[in-house]
Amino acid sequence: MAVAVAPPPARSLRWSQQHPLFALVIRRTLVGLLTLVIVSIIVFLATEVLPGNAAYAILGKTSTPARVRALEQQLGLDRGLVDQYWVWFTGLFTGHLGTSTSNGLGVWAQIEPRLIDSAVLVFVAGIIGSVLGIVLGAMAALRKDGWFDHISAVAALGITALPEFVIAIALIILFATTVSHVLPAVSLIPPGSYAWNDPKMLVLPVATLVIVIVPYIQRMMRAAMIEALESDYVEMARLKGLKAWRVVFVHALPNAIAPTIQVIGLNFLYLAGGIVVVEYIFNFPGIGQGLVYAVTNRDIPIIQFTVVILAAFYVFMNILTDVIALLATPRRRIAR
Amino acid sequence: MTALAAPTEPQEPAVRSPRTPRRQWLAVLGAAARTTRGRVGLGIMLFIALVTVIGPFVTPYSSTAIVGSGLPFAKPSAQYLLGTDVLSRDVLSRVLDGGWVMLVMALCSTVFGVVVGGAAGISAAYLRGKWDGIIMRTVDVVLAFPQLVFALLFVSIIGPKLWLIVIVVGFTQAPAVARVLRSATLDISERDYVKAIELQGVKPVKVMWSEILPNLITPLMVEAGLRLTYSIVVMAGLAFLGFGQPPPSPQWGYMINENRGGLIGGNVWAVVAPTILIALLTIGTNTFTDAVARVAIGIEGRPQEALVLNEAAVAETTLGETA
Repeated sequence: MAVAVAPPPARSLRWSQQHPLFALVIRRTLVGLLTLVIVSIIVFLATEVLPGNAAYAILGKTSTPARVRALEQQLGLDRGLVDQYWVWFTGLFTGHLGTSTSNGLGVWAQIEPRLIDSAVLVFVAGIIGSVLGIVLGAMAALRKDGWFDHISAVAALGITALPEFVIAIALIILFATTVSHVLPAVSLIPPGSYAWNDPKMLVLPVATLVIVIVPYIQRMMRAAMIEALESDYVEMARLKGLKAWRVVFVHALPNAIAPTIQVIGLNFLYLAGGIVVVEYIFNFPGIGQGLVYAVTNRDIPIIQFTVVILAAFYVFMNILTDVIALLATPRRRIAR
Repeated sequence: MTALAAPTEPQEPAVRSPRTPRRQWLAVLGAAARTTRGRVGLGIMLFIALVTVIGPFVTPYSSTAIVGSGLPFAKPSAQYLLGTDVLSRDVLSRVLDGGWVMLVMALCSTVFGVVVGGAAGISAAYLRGKWDGIIMRTVDVVLAFPQLVFALLFVSIIGPKLWLIVIVVGFTQAPAVARVLRSATLDISERDYVKAIELQGVKPVKVMWSEILPNLITPLMVEAGLRLTYSIVVMAGLAFLGFGQPPPSPQWGYMINENRGGLIGGNVWAVVAPTILIALLTIGTNTFTDAVARVAIGIEGRPQEALVLNEAAVAETTLGETA
């Protein structure tokens, strides 16, 4: 008679099982922060310890004992290693990062405008590239084995192999120098001002980065779209007699975009490194160009901060990609 | 309830090829070379290899000597077939002489990256547990740096030494190799013949070397090809930025940079010739690698999935590290 009442199952679940998405975000964020701390230690040790004496390395043969001592003081080299790291590490959050060793300006004041310019470049290129990749990928999938599919496959194979600067030089020859002069070859934006003041300067850098990332997104989108078009639910939609455009845009496309998001995220990651060469070529005043100049001048405070920023972008973009991909595929939200 | 349920059968992975024959890698390369893509890729690679190897011996002038009028950017003529560069040096001689160092460096760093990454990936998957955690977290940390930025970091400290560039670029290639080989090893180390060898008390290092490694030859070849392409891309990029061989010696990457001023009204070939050679080289290695990947996936016995799988896999493994 007595019916054993089973306890409500939700109670027995751990919090992390009830909210798998939050648990994942928190876990990944913690791992990401730990990775960044390790990255910061590596960057710090690499730039402070390996060369022997950084002050001596910067000044080179022209150094006098007095100048070396002065620079050591500026870099904090006269303090203990752990102490130095701590001062630098806390500086990452407070903005007190010391001064550039090449021009004496504050590190943050120098990097901030560059950071904004680079962010504009990355997001404009990333968004245009993603949309273009999705559209071209869907087109290739709809006419599978058609002429567009074949041409885009060969083009993708070629373009994915090319270094960014080869594409940039080709664009410069075509649009800015030898063949035609419709666009500026190098940006004349002085460091410290913003890119959107002169949108024409953005065209070639953005075009270069778009050409680099589109093939990857296009290939992935094509593969995912073919899979979606051959799936049962698309077959069902067709059999119901839905219009062709409705089947493609409402049934197939959203399901094909989900796996593509991961690749789009990877492409944003690529952009963090890809901007270095592209900014340098087009004289675009972003952090990539700043990094190249800093490496040339051995401006260690700038190098340290730039590398940490790029690594942070990398780590958090990775987490963001995973979360968005998870949100886009509901069935994967549960079992992890 | 659960106690009464039948114990779930361990899922037997469909054993495709029990042991990989010894010369399979040759068979794969041969099959790849017979496909259209393979033929094109191999042809381009051989052409560039010939240019870089024979080139230094057939330069019409010294590649570092100032020739002609001393004025920059003379147009191509019968005397100077590709014209002269920014310092009035013969472009053809510099192009012929400017590839082999980069190619040797790229090959060395690829070998370094594949060996380090392969050893890390196989050990992580085979040893499991603590080692898996340590190795794969290290991989995550290295992957947090964009490749070129990681190389720039060390170049800024030690200076643009060639051995340093080889090691650093190779090191940044290792994580991708490690990830691919780790997942391949996870599958193989569960097979019966590996278990049988383990039960005989063979040491882990020997199991990995003589039982697991021979079965990873095809993924290793594909990875090596991809890594070679990206090594060339990163090396050429570093050279372009001025972090390569010191200035007077010719190198394709830096030639493009130093002669950019000649694009307007000057000698376009000083930029175009090295650009085309670098482009051909990377396109050649990438195309041949693609042919190998397609053949390798076909051999695994899933030809119908080959296309989709390959594209997804190539997209996933090659991205992110290109930076």
